[in-house]
Amino acid sequence: MVAQAEDSAIRKYLLARGNSAVADRGFHWLMVLSALSIFGIVVLIASEMLVRSQLAWSKFGFNFFFKAFIDPYSKLPMYWDPVNGHFSALPFLYGTLVSSFLALLLAVPLAIGVAVFLTEMCPGALRAPLAFITELLAAIPSVIYGLWAVFILVPLLRERLNPFFIKTLGWTGFFGDDNPTGLGFVAAGIILAIMILPIISSLTREVMTAVPISQREAVLALGATRWEMIRMGVLRNARIGIVGAIILGLGRALGETMAVTMVIGNSPEIHRSLLANGSSMASVIANEFAEASGDLHLSALMEIGLALFAVTIVVNAFARLLVWAVTRGAPRQVH
Amino acid sequence: MGVGIEVTNLNAWYGTNHTLQDINLPIPANHATALIGPSGCGKSTFVRCLNRMHETNPIARVTGTVLIGGLDIYQDAKPVEIRRRVGMVFQRPNPFPTMSIYDNVAAGLKLNGYSNRRALDEIVERSLKNSALWDEVKDDLKKKSGASLSGGQQQRLCIARALAVDPEVLLMDEPASALDPVSTAKIEDLIFQLKSQYTIVIVTHNMQQAARVAEKTGFFLNGRMVEFDSTHKIFTNPSDKRTEDYITGRFG
Repeated sequence: MVAQAEDSAIRKYLLARGNSAVADRGFHWLMVLSALSIFGIVVLIASEMLVRSQLAWSKFGFNFFFKAFIDPYSKLPMYWDPVNGHFSALPFLYGTLVSSFLALLLAVPLAIGVAVFLTEMCPGALRAPLAFITELLAAIPSVIYGLWAVFILVPLLRERLNPFFIKTLGWTGFFGDDNPTGLGFVAAGIILAIMILPIISSLTREVMTAVPISQREAVLALGATRWEMIRMGVLRNARIGIVGAIILGLGRALGETMAVTMVIGNSPEIHRSLLANGSSMASVIANEFAEASGDLHLSALMEIGLALFAVTIVVNAFARLLVWAVTRGAPRQVH
Repeated sequence: MGVGIEVTNLNAWYGTNHTLQDINLPIPANHATALIGPSGCGKSTFVRCLNRMHETNPIARVTGTVLIGGLDIYQDAKPVEIRRRVGMVFQRPNPFPTMSIYDNVAAGLKLNGYSNRRALDEIVERSLKNSALWDEVKDDLKKKSGASLSGGQQQRLCIARALAVDPEVLLMDEPASALDPVSTAKIEDLIFQLKSQYTIVIVTHNMQQAARVAEKTGFFLNGRMVEFDSTHKIFTNPSDKRTEDYITGRFG
């Protein structure tokens, strides 16, 4: 009898609870709103930059990205001349792409090497501390990287590495002897490489760890050496994820502002030499936005911001295409 | 042609777990030898000791002697050399998902730098015919990935991959346990045909399968080999009480 009384109390309580339909619907719309806010923010950013860059757009049109004003006396191209109102984003596009690809060139092999060592060769006791330190690199604020670069990397480049590059590789034209400061694309590329290293290596490590043991054993059972096993059994299966890791690194490199601004040299010029001073899209905005000399100057900076926005999207789309190309025909399922 | 295997005083550990204890076993050349026993009895560990796969696990350890065709594989050879001569097929089919069917079969040869295209074509065809998969895949050898096949086809692909390097011994670790009955029957037919050319060691927990394909059967229990004899003797008149209990279904 007692048990029945208790039962009915629970039943009464549960029946009195109602169906919470209002709260449920409220929750539903709250979540929809959160999801839509992502699109909202993107649209807001893009439209604001579109509106604010209108002035520069109507004045220069597409030439903003392709053409420079040619100085009538010196016959040299003038890309960015706020005093006379000549603006072209070309050197910044160039600077961003060159420094980012330089960074990838340096960081990708190193990051994959780190990941391979950590997952396949590292003694167990060393693995956790090493992985921890690699990931800690990502937590250092970029201005600290910039400071380190200014005080250590740039002098090192100026006094040791650059003279060596000029002597051995000067004939290619990519290492010209016309910038004694040590700043420039190479400095920016190296510092970016260090900054994107942790993101690429930790993601690569993750996808490599996700490759099942059975794949490694399949290769080993065919008489593979350790390196062959890593190449055929691990890297080959993880390559899609590795491409994804590289994309993320590139995304970070393209938009990185502070450290690059501190070492790239900040001159709006295009040089074939990687040792020359340059400027990136992010660095010019950071440098000039606060003290822009007029509406046109501001508008031009806005348009560069818009272009950076677009470049990141294009790079990501290209990378997706790449992923599609390498995964075509290969099924997603991995045992 | 296959070669015989002579195992003496084989012991194996996983960490502190003594998984194989004093195994002595002669495995005849060009025959199928089945290893049966309940889960966890050490039969899988045993075959993994025959191609030095056991030691790829950092906490694993092996002592004892294994002679394959007279070669002491723990004293006189590197693991890489052994595994080129001793092929292995695993419990779960593990084709390379990013490679075509053709490349899956050719993987072992390409790994060892074999690049004669015409010879490769021939070897791939012969291996796939030997594994009874050729007719099902010959039209999309290079178009389809190894993982696009069904489970049974994948396992036959893995057998073809192992056969392509022309091993002297073929180890099979429960090759049909993840497959449906039709695929299982195909794999068993295959073992029956292959055993004239290769020495086959097959681990199975399916006793009928052992009875169907193997001339010799070994019964493992708790890391020890209880009995090793002709399959007929093991299944009709075992000398050990424990073997009898197992095959009559009293445990395991």
